[in-house]
Amino acid sequence: MPLIPKTDGGSIHWTLLREKIIEILIYISGFSAIIFVFSIFAFIFKEASGFVFSHETDWSFFFFNAAWQPLPEESATYGAFSMIIGTISVTLVAMLIAVPFGLGLAVLVSEFCSPKIKETLKIVIELLAAIPSVVWGFVGLKLMNYVLVNFFGAQVGSNLFNGGIVLALMSLPIIVSIAEDAFKAVPDSYREAAEALGATKWQVVYKVLFPAAKNGLLAAVLLGVGRAVGETMAVLMCTGHNLNNPFSSEFPFLNIFDPIRTLTASIAAELGEAPRGSEHWQALFALGLLLFAIIFVINLTADLVVRGIKQEES
Amino acid sequence: MLSKFRVLSLVGVLGLTLSLTVGCGGGGDEKPAIQNRGSDTLLEVAQQWAEDYDAANVEVSGGGSGVGIAALIAGTVDVANASRAVKEKEAKEAEEKTGKKPVEFIVGYDALAIYVHKDNPIEEITVSQLAAIFGQAGEVKSWDKLGITIPGCDSKDIVLAGRQSSSGTYEYFRTATLGKEGKFGLNINEQNGSRALVTFVGNTPCAIGYSGMGYKTDAVKFVKVKKDDASAGVLPSAVTVHDNTYPIARPLFMYTLGEPEGAIKEYMHFVRTKPSQENLTEIGYVPLPEDKMTK
Repeated sequence: MPLIPKTDGGSIHWTLLREKIIEILIYISGFSAIIFVFSIFAFIFKEASGFVFSHETDWSFFFFNAAWQPLPEESATYGAFSMIIGTISVTLVAMLIAVPFGLGLAVLVSEFCSPKIKETLKIVIELLAAIPSVVWGFVGLKLMNYVLVNFFGAQVGSNLFNGGIVLALMSLPIIVSIAEDAFKAVPDSYREAAEALGATKWQVVYKVLFPAAKNGLLAAVLLGVGRAVGETMAVLMCTGHNLNNPFSSEFPFLNIFDPIRTLTASIAAELGEAPRGSEHWQALFALGLLLFAIIFVINLTADLVVRGIKQEES
Repeated sequence: MLSKFRVLSLVGVLGLTLSLTVGCGGGGDEKPAIQNRGSDTLLEVAQQWAEDYDAANVEVSGGGSGVGIAALIAGTVDVANASRAVKEKEAKEAEEKTGKKPVEFIVGYDALAIYVHKDNPIEEITVSQLAAIFGQAGEVKSWDKLGITIPGCDSKDIVLAGRQSSSGTYEYFRTATLGKEGKFGLNINEQNGSRALVTFVGNTPCAIGYSGMGYKTDAVKFVKVKKDDASAGVLPSAVTVHDNTYPIARPLFMYTLGEPEGAIKEYMHFVRTKPSQENLTEIGYVPLPEDKMTK
């Protein structure tokens, strides 16, 4: 019976109490994640509410006009169109680069290479994820900027393409690791059956693995998109931060060497010095709310897609 | 038992806070403390001054001119740094709340230089041309219109570099070139800092931008600025700021609430002495003219 240590009086109570406290602590840490997310949302919503519920706010102007001019205060206008377009375009460019490379790498890692190369590759890819975003920003600002101006003839080195490449490199690790998991989840019997029918390795990948893992691959891409949309520091440093629409009605429809400005970068650049509680401050929080909504939809979709896989497996 | 545990931890936390406050406030010596907050433009030099000053502990923080003035009105700081003058509204608010007016001290000047790429042959530019280049209503979008051909800039489009809209530099350049109600055009590459802006211009042959004169590198050059067509082009320097010939320079201020007394008065004297003013030159600002410095 000496399992419960004896101290002066009420020892059993103390042990039980300790159990209870630990239990409560675990509950608290579990629920705190949920509480934090909701309080962050409540905070952003509260700060933005003055703008969101103001009768003067013209929503069609907010969504479809490019004029984001917080000064002079008396005639300030808050149009987020260019920033929404900027965020969409840079994410698009980043994904056009990151998705083929990411999926290709995942196929290589999970299907083609020897265990030794596989380990090396995985470490290198994980290293990519460990580089802080401000460092990526410097790569874009100093190196890519120079390369784009001197070798690609870009007029401005800080532009859509620069930001797109940096974001592609940043979202690559997420895409590769989730896509690799998706390929791993495809049962070996599929591969064996295909090979038994005489399929080449490439045919196995293309005809069997891709269709079988398509939900996981979609989730990988969506989480990559989420990463790209939410990135702040790197895009602030390498996209030029210019209220510009890179899309055009003429060929090639998207001017990749145009500077752009994203939602995240605008908040980062202006919130620090906007007078607290002013209309400008509230409008910036409204941008935050918009971003929150975008990321929420993307992550929810990715989550539902992943859940789709799990059900198929069971 | 639980309540005992709670009380213990509470006492612990309280004790820690107390010891921390005492540690900060007392510090052993009997020096008075001066709280100083405001403009990020002035932050670097204000920190330098605080470090050099021995007679009091001066604590400096940034946050912007508006933040500093608001803190002065609220009574949380003794001295506010500002790269713009106190607005009428703010002065009135201070008088209503505290019964004292903010008292202004000019502690130096900041001249905004016009930067272009080093290969750009442009020599001088008028304030109205700057307005036509940077303003929303402006019509000058191409270097052709100014009669300039730049090697390495094939498109001839003027690439505009500016600061983010919450910076004091943005606000000063806007009112100085476009007037109080004027608006900048939309397609300006807003850089997050003076150094970033100069780097951007240095990397971009077609670019033109504005920033404090202290940030010049070998990749960029200054453009002479003319008040109007009739006047001569002027480069930013201490001399041209003092004799008022350089059109885009602004005074930098420190504000106290009411006429300063004691330690604060001495500090306001100190920042305007010659050795303190030399710190301004070192980081690229313009000091007061000799006859305005305190002895």
